[in-house]
Amino acid sequence: MSLEFSAEAQKKIAALCGRYPTKQPVVIAALHLAQKDHGYLSDDAMRLVARTLDVPYAHVYGVATFYTMFRLKPGATATTNTIRMCTNISCMLRGGYEVLAELEKRLGLKRGDSNGKFQLVEEECIAACEFAPCAVVGTKYFHDLTPDKVADMIAELEREPHPEAEVV
Amino acid sequence: MPAPVGTKLVTKRFGDERAKTIAGYEATGGYQALRKALAMKPEDVTAAVKASNLRGRGGAGFATGVKWGFVPKDAKQVHLVCNADESEPGTCKDRLLVYWDPHLLIEGMIIAAHALGAVHNYIYIRGEMMREYVVLQKAVDEAYAKGYLGNDCHITVHRGAGAYICGEETALLNSLEGLRGQPRLKPPFPAVKGLFGNPTIVNNVETLMNVPFIIEQGGAWFNELGMGRSGGTRIVCVSGHVAKPGVFELPMGITFRQIIDDVCGGVPKGRHAKAVIPGGVSMPPLDESELDVPCEFDALMTDERIKPVMVSPTQQFDLGGGRVLRSMAGSGGIVVMDEQTDIPMATWRIMKFFAHESCGQCTPCREGCGWMEKVSRRVAEGQGKEGDLELLASIAHGIAGNTICALGDAAAWPMLGFLTKFRADFEAKIRRKAA
Ligand SMILES: Cc1cc2nc3c(=O)[nH]c(=O)nc-3n(C[C@H](O)[C@H](O)[C@H](O)COP(=O)(O)O)c2cc1C
Ligand code: SF4
Ligand code: FES
Repeated sequence: MSLEFSAEAQKKIAALCGRYPTKQPVVIAALHLAQKDHGYLSDDAMRLVARTLDVPYAHVYGVATFYTMFRLKPGATATTNTIRMCTNISCMLRGGYEVLAELEKRLGLKRGDSNGKFQLVEEECIAACEFAPCAVVGTKYFHDLTPDKVADMIAELEREPHPEAEVV
Repeated sequence: MPAPVGTKLVTKRFGDERAKTIAGYEATGGYQALRKALAMKPEDVTAAVKASNLRGRGGAGFATGVKWGFVPKDAKQVHLVCNADESEPGTCKDRLLVYWDPHLLIEGMIIAAHALGAVHNYIYIRGEMMREYVVLQKAVDEAYAKGYLGNDCHITVHRGAGAYICGEETALLNSLEGLRGQPRLKPPFPAVKGLFGNPTIVNNVETLMNVPFIIEQGGAWFNELGMGRSGGTRIVCVSGHVAKPGVFELPMGITFRQIIDDVCGGVPKGRHAKAVIPGGVSMPPLDESELDVPCEFDALMTDERIKPVMVSPTQQFDLGGGRVLRSMAGSGGIVVMDEQTDIPMATWRIMKFFAHESCGQCTPCREGCGWMEKVSRRVAEGQGKEGDLELLASIAHGIAGNTICALGDAAAWPMLGFLTKFRADFEAKIRRKAA
């Protein structure tokens, strides 16, 4: 099946193409937009990016597989809350792994997995170490987490989701 | 005069919601330095930055004015790229700086672009920093609407998509060009051949945000605020086992002990600092006896109170030309670990990070980081074998200096540093196995 970009995405891509001497630098932004429009980066979605920017499919594939925010398998979508829980050094020292374990338990998800509504990612340092242990969900940061705070955090995200695609 | 405690430059608008709009920023004195700079000759702006002894806050501490001077005089197109990829574990300042004072960054960039003759300029912001991207894009749009940007100076905000290595400046340039974020061989250095083949200056967020203050009050004034060959104030990000973690703008000459005890309220539960990472996890740690050293760039490299990093208990690590490695100021990320900390486990977590982030281009880095993660893990879990510490040291030694980019060194140095200063902690784990 041949996919298309939404009208909004097409407008954004056209505007971005004017900011660089060639279209190739827009590949990452176009992949973000394709992931927003189509949930994940299927082969067809990558072909769409290649076709739109006149770059080889193999190039797009190479880029998509390099960066960790790109999803190559179905599961999470544009409305999913992606919880990026940091377990790096500052967070680990203050109980980050315990919080991650509680997130796994409460969400019924293993790190790396998603159920459509939530995606749970064990993240490297998210540059919020002063608030360790911490997580980021789209534009929302959760500070000074403890296992006790996890249930409230999930309830809050159910009420008020912060999908990453909101920002793209 | 060295900056007294409480001097605030780049953090002066922290907590001030007015700075989120261009009108509020202007009302608090914003864009005045730009007016002054645009009335100056480009070379005079660079001269002021040189005189200020501003040093890069991204990690390497390279003199900013000197770097600007490397751009060939006959260059047809020059680019300025701001590195807002902040992802060195323990570092959390650029994200806050962008969030609280986006226009200060834009003002600093326009001034720098004027000095460099750069028209098409970019801010590479880490993909996961979504809240900050929204703030920054809005500020850029406002600066266009007000006419600060447009015509002969453009800024495009370019989002990444998750990869620590894109903080390395040549990987960042590849990522900006729409490629996989793999570092380039140097030379040529970006200042000569960078983005789209043109001379390019890559500077950190904090570095660029200091520029308006240098223009406003002069290079000599900025230099005097600092210490030795390092001008200005220093932002430190303190995390881990302290009562009050946070991001603080402090005098260059302040010592680690003062930061921990006086600024951050000490180590909780009546404990003390056993290990302190001085500038992001890439830098060799300090032990408790080394905390009276200032957090200034040269002090961390040369102060003899900091023990040299060793390859074995009898062999010093050679940085090249017989130079010893003590530590470095890096990115200002200070991580404090109290005496209850499982040091081998903390070391494993750092190695896990580097194994995950190696881009895989160089065999010593790709294989070596993977091995350091595996071996440090079994040691940390009490499954270490006789000879594992020597093995870890020899892998680290094999990586350092033998790779395309500095990520290899960034993994090897803390490995060797922790082994040098906390050897007994590692040995105890292996003995526990043997017992
Ligand atoms: C593995 C690696 C990661 C880096 N990450 C960053 C980063 O996230 N932010 C940054 O400003 N510099 C980072 N740097 C340093 C940059 O390569 C470069 O030196 C810096 O952006 C130059 O700016 P400055 O002179 O203003 O410090 C990194 C370097 C390496 C080797
Ligand atoms: S040192 Fe590591 S991260 Fe750097 S280029 Fe080589 S493999 Fe990639
Ligand atoms: S280590 Fe967790 S945010 Fe930096």
